[in-house]
This record gives sequence, structure tokens and C-alpha cells, in this order.
Amino acid sequence: MSMTNGSGSNGHGGKDPVLVVVQLSGGNDFMNTIIPYTEGIYYDSRPLVGIPEDKVLPLNDKVGFHPCAGGLKELYEEGIVAIIQGVGYENSSRSHFRAMDIWHTCEPDTIGTEGWLARVIREFDPDGSNPITAVSFGRGLPRALAAPNVTATSVGDLDNYGLMSSIEVEQERQENLEVFKRMYTPAVGSGLVMDYLSQTGRDVIKGADILAVAPEQYSSSVEYADNSIAQSLRDVARVHTAGLGTRIFYTNHGGYDHHAQEVPTHAKLLTELCDGLRDFMRDLRDHDAAEEVMVLVFTEFGRRIKDNGSGTDHGSGGGAFLIGERVAGGLYSEYPSLERSDWLNDEDMRHTIDFRSVYSTILDQWLDLDPVPIVNGNYEQINPYVKVEA
Amino acid sequence: MVIATKKTDIDLIAHLLRRAGFGGDSSELSKYAAMDYDEVVDRLVNPERFADVEDDLLGRYYPHLAANKDNPAVWNGRWIYRMLNTDRPLQEKMTLFWHGVLATGWTKSEHTPSMVNHMEMLRANCLGNFRTILVELSKDPAMIFWLDNNENHGGSINENYGREILELFSMGIGNYTEDDIKNAARAFTGWTFKQPLPLYPFGHFEARFVYREDDHDAGEKEFLGQRGAFNGEDIVDIIARQDATARFVCRHLYSFFVADEAQVPAWSIQEPRDPDAIETLVGAWFESDADIRHVMSVLLKSDFFKDARYERVKSPTEFVANVLKISGDYRYPDPGLETFEGTLIAMGQKLMDPPTVEGWHTGKEWIDGGTLTERVNFAVDTLSDPSKPGFRELVDELRRDEQPISASVFVQSVLDHLCRLEVSDETRGTLEAHAITQGAPHFENDPEGSVQKVIQMLTLAVATREFQFG
Repeated sequence: MSMTNGSGSNGHGGKDPVLVVVQLSGGNDFMNTIIPYTEGIYYDSRPLVGIPEDKVLPLNDKVGFHPCAGGLKELYEEGIVAIIQGVGYENSSRSHFRAMDIWHTCEPDTIGTEGWLARVIREFDPDGSNPITAVSFGRGLPRALAAPNVTATSVGDLDNYGLMSSIEVEQERQENLEVFKRMYTPAVGSGLVMDYLSQTGRDVIKGADILAVAPEQYSSSVEYADNSIAQSLRDVARVHTAGLGTRIFYTNHGGYDHHAQEVPTHAKLLTELCDGLRDFMRDLRDHDAAEEVMVLVFTEFGRRIKDNGSGTDHGSGGGAFLIGERVAGGLYSEYPSLERSDWLNDEDMRHTIDFRSVYSTILDQWLDLDPVPIVNGNYEQINPYVKVEA
Repeated sequence: MVIATKKTDIDLIAHLLRRAGFGGDSSELSKYAAMDYDEVVDRLVNPERFADVEDDLLGRYYPHLAANKDNPAVWNGRWIYRMLNTDRPLQEKMTLFWHGVLATGWTKSEHTPSMVNHMEMLRANCLGNFRTILVELSKDPAMIFWLDNNENHGGSINENYGREILELFSMGIGNYTEDDIKNAARAFTGWTFKQPLPLYPFGHFEARFVYREDDHDAGEKEFLGQRGAFNGEDIVDIIARQDATARFVCRHLYSFFVADEAQVPAWSIQEPRDPDAIETLVGAWFESDADIRHVMSVLLKSDFFKDARYERVKSPTEFVANVLKISGDYRYPDPGLETFEGTLIAMGQKLMDPPTVEGWHTGKEWIDGGTLTERVNFAVDTLSDPSKPGFRELVDELRRDEQPISASVFVQSVLDHLCRLEVSDETRGTLEAHAITQGAPHFENDPEGSVQKVIQMLTLAVATREFQFG
């Protein structure tokens, strides 16, 4: 590991680097995603949710993918997936919301008001001239993208995006939006909050206008599956390939909170996720738009080592994936030790790398930004990118 | 519309009902406008004079909802039903107020029955003495688990509850020492809960408060300058007598009922918006020995309250309940109520599950591009729907007006329909200009075209900036 890798060494095919975040909400069971299939203690601890050795898709003689992660394994075999093992932080929170908040703001001890990616937007677009510098797919804006005076666009449904989107007669809708614009562009200032509201309203319209071209321009031979994450990734592809200047994409895949019924539900989610990621990368390549894109897959925490007879409870020591043409595929950091004496609080996996190290690596080596003010400190980086010869 | 005897300005009544409730439809507004203003306030602050809502009807009509006891969405749907149909609007509003201040969440425990009991505890005590509220809160299993008081033992304290009861629930930062926190924590040792049945395989059952004397630290404690072998009730009693407590809670009341204040963490360094108003409320606090009913009565009858029109950004819950109220929908326990939890999540407020013990950030912070889109679209979709009872009522009223309806009358009628929405001259001008462009509605000559014009005008009126405020 090195403290810094020097900016700009990774190349993005001459294009501005783009980051796609895939958030797995609910606490993905890392231990059942990247499985230590040769450890007896894994099977002893997980009589119910343990994946039989002969079903695991081996990566090496120690760990292997969940049987439903075949899509991701394909990408791994192409050498474009970095698996970062044991990601977490000290005193990992077991509250979904608080843990997510910590990941979003890089503030484990206080309540942060600025999202880490909002700070990135501020760097990329200091004047706020492009409201779609960052686009989030899903309802509501994730905290990672929120900060005072930073604009990010939140899209529920790209084909039907914007204000008054349920109005079917387009001419009537346009008429209404014209009036809306007038009402949100007052001649005189009317107080801080009212003015902020006016600005937000105008940004929403502007963002929607720009985004409207994306669905029209896009065509693809890749058929994404009909589930939320695959469709979100397709939306990312549609906006990215339209070349509208979006640098940050945010997507969410929910349902990972497997206290119960883990075996069937986790399998379904991993299939959706991993096939979606494979289709997404294939789609970008078809459009010659893959080189400048990197995907970060993360979750707020891992789960307890022992199962509870139906699923697993909230734990720590999760994992993350980096996927992209410039990523040097392989395993990074260390798998948390499964020795009983190493367990955290006698029930959890101990993290082996801080999540802010992952962020710092991406910020410095992929987005060419100074990570220190964004993640609130200096964190050791890893080197998961292919070096580009000068 | 004919109003028999109008004693109170109907716009003022609309303001009162938006703040002390979730707004009102035209019949509610005229009912209250026929009374003295102070009489209306007296009715609001004495909810027990009126029958409670039968929200359990929902369970009787739709057993599948009643059976799904572990799903907070069902309970939040029931709460929305209460907000829309209660004859005790201030009780539901105060419950929402305390929920934001004494913020306890579902996420950590995922224990729905205890959260439901927690909300019921807030509802039962919301206009009571502040001491009672804090004591009941301290005995509440959802709170005990949320702030780890079950891990707070004699001889080995967990400070979490001791800290938050001072910092967030009563006095505010800067008014006590770290030793006060430790001693408060010691006083609450032994305040825990028991779980009658194990989680697996039984699922979640109501937890009960228990006081374990053998786990209580009965030793002498020093707290805010006083000494004694204090127990939890003694700590609450001392807290309730503090000037800082009165100021902190009254500022919360001001921010929630009168005008948006800065976020709570700024309060230790930033003066209140209206220091005189806070003095008035603090005076009411001490003359009644911390009786919230009395403080609220003084607040709602004050001039600073009456003058503070549209000085608050509606929270998502206020926004959704207000829109549904105007729509006239869900006056019966119809299915679909459970979907509003998702609507609220998209706008940034999951009820029964605040983000942290600090509650929600309010005011301007409710608004970003995503939430504004959700709010506008929800209001447009709900209120410009001709099948809704509220819409039909508006059309009936417009039919009775002189045809064709002039632009100014048309715009005013639509704004009045929206719980007497008051807008700036500029906004009104834009809406009237639009009304002139689209041509005057004439329900005799062109009934269908006129309904379309109502749909469009409602769409624009609920999309105004002003409609985001309450």
C-alpha cells in the first residue's frame, strides 16, 4: 500500500472519469457473497445459510463466489473486478440508517451535514452550472449527494421524469411548466428560504430538460433483466452514453436485510445484481463508453458470522467491489480472520480496511481529486488500477 | 358559500388549523369560523372533550392489514387516517411534534409493537405536564432500547440516555457538565424492560417496563448543583425546573408551531428568531409549572402566532396529510393508506423511524430537487384528480358562481379551496394571466372544458412555492 499514487496516472481514454455507485441497502452478507469455502468454521457457524462447498464458484483455494454471482465472476475473469475484503470502520454501527449515514458523510462520530459525493460535485461544478453533474436513480436524494448549495438530480423514472410527469398531454404539461418557471423566477427576492425554493425549482426543470434527450438517443442490443437494479443500470447507460456531462451516478439495490429467509432471497438479489453489472459493462463496451467508467459497489455493513436459524443479524466487516476497464482485477485487503479469538465482540468479522481508504483511493487515483478534505482525513490507499504507461 | 355567523376571520382559522392540525376542508373552516377564536383554541388544547378516532376500524375492515402487525407501513397508514379524521387535531399534531423532539426510531430494534406503544405514549401525554412526558419516556421500552438504557447498570453505567435526556430532550448543550450526565445515568440504572417471549420463533411481542431495584445505583448523586440519592423521577423533576429546559422546549414549540428556527445544533450559539416570543412562552411554562397544555394555549392565542403566516416549510407529513385532507379522500378506512409511508420516505420523512436521536432536520432542509419533485407531483396527482370528493366540491361551488367566471374569481376560488392558500401578488398575477389566456370557465356552455380548466388551475396552484409552506 502507498499513501498516494499521484493523480492522473490511470487514464480514462481521454474522457472525464465517471463514477457509478451501486448501494446495496440492508447490509449485504459479504461472508455469503465471497465465501471462505474451505474453512470448517464457516460451515460450523452457518448450518442453515452456509453455501455447500460444491456449489461455490471458486476464485482460488480459499474463497469463492456465491453460486448466483456468475455474472460478476465473468467480469472477474476478464480481470476488471477488484474485490476489497473486510471493509468497515471502528465501532461499526448496527443501525442501517446511522451506518449508511456514516458511509455517506464520512462522519462516524458526529452527524455530518455534507455528503462525500456532494463535495465531489462541488469540485467538478463549482458554479452549479450543470444540475446533472450527479444523477441519482430512485426516490429521494441519498445523503451522499446532499450538501448546502450543491445541486444533484434525483430521478425516479427516467422515461417519465420531471415535474407534473403524470400529465399525459405533452402540450398541456409544457404550458404548465412555463407557468411554473415564471412563478419560480420572481422579479424580486422574497427571503432566503423562498429564494432557495425558487432556485431548486428551476434546477429541477433545467435538469429534466437536459435529461429528456437521453431516452431518445439510446439504442442497445443488450437486454437488461426486469428488476430494479438492472433497470437502474440501464438508466445509467442511457444517460452516460448521451454525453450530458454527468460524472457521478448513484443507484440503489434494496432488500439485503436478511434476518430471515436468507437462502432464497439473497440468491435472487445476487443474481439480479451480478447479471445486471455484467450486462451494464457489455452495454457500455458496445457503445465505446466503458473506458471512462468505474463502478463502486458497497453496503453499510456485513452480517453476523453465525446464522440465527433463518438468516443473519446485523454485523460488521463487509466488502466492496470496484469494476471497470482500468481496474486491476484481484483480491485486495485481507479477508477478516475467522479464528474465533479474532472475532469482534465474539460474533463479528473484524474489518481489515477502512471505508475511507476505499474512497480515498477512488478520489485520488480515479477522479483525480484531493481526498483529504472530502473524507475528512488521511487514509492509506490501495492500488487497484492498471498503470498507464506515460 | 353561505356562512351563518362569521365571528373569526376564516383565513386566520385556516392558519390555526394548518398549524394546530393538518388543515381543514371548507366545512371545517366554516364550522370553526363561527366560533370565537379563543374558543377554538380551547377546544384544540382540550382534546379529551371530543371522541377519539376509531382507527381500529381499519383493522376490522381489512383483516390482512391487522394481521400484518410487524409492518410499520400499516401503522403509519393508521396514523395518517387519524390525522385526516380526528376531532382532536392538536393531539395528533403534538404527537408528531414530540416524535420529532424525543426522536425514537424503529430501525435499531425493528420492534414494531414497542414503537406503536411508544407513539401511543406520546399521544396520551402530549399535552400533559413535561415531567410526566419525561418520566413516561424514560419508562418506554422502545426508548430504553434505542438509547441503551437496558445496558445501563448499577456499577457499570451506559451514559447514552443520561446524555440525550439532557442534550436533546430537555436542556440543550452547554447547560450541564459531563458529571451531570454520569449522575443522571446513575439515577436511571435499573430502568429497563423485559420481553415476555423470545423473538424466535414467536416474533415481536410487546416489551414491558421493569424497574430492577437490585440493578439500581441507590448511592448519593450530585446533579445540577443538588445532592441526594436521586432516582430517575428526581432527575426529571430537577430538569423540569431549569430555565434552560423551559427555553429549549419552548424554542422547539416555536419552531414547530410558529416559524422555522435554525437547526437545533445551532441554538447554543444563535439567538432565537423572536426572543420576546420565547420569553412569553417561558413565562407560561413557569406560571403553570411546565404544563404543556397551558403553554400551547398561550402560544396559539398570541399575536406572534397569528401573524406568522407561511413562515414554515411543511414537513412531508404535514404536506401529505394536508393534501389528502383537501382532497376529501380517506374519510373512511379505505385500503391504500399503508402506501403513504412510501410517499413520505420519498419526501424524506419515514414516520416512526427518524434518522437519528436528533430527529429530522426541518425547514429549508426538507427541500431538494428530488423531494420538491415528489411533493409537487404528489399534490398535482392527488388534487387535480376529478374523481376526488374535494375536487367535485370545488366544481359544485364554481358552478354556482356567475358564468363565465372571471379570472380573479376563478383563481381566488381555487386558492380558497386549498385551505385558503395565500400567495404573493406576483404569483396571483401569474395565475390570473394564465386564467385569461386559457379563457374563462363557463359550466353551462362548456362543462367538460371548464373541468379541464379547473384541473389545470389546481395543478398550477399546488405547484406554487407558497403551497410548500404552512
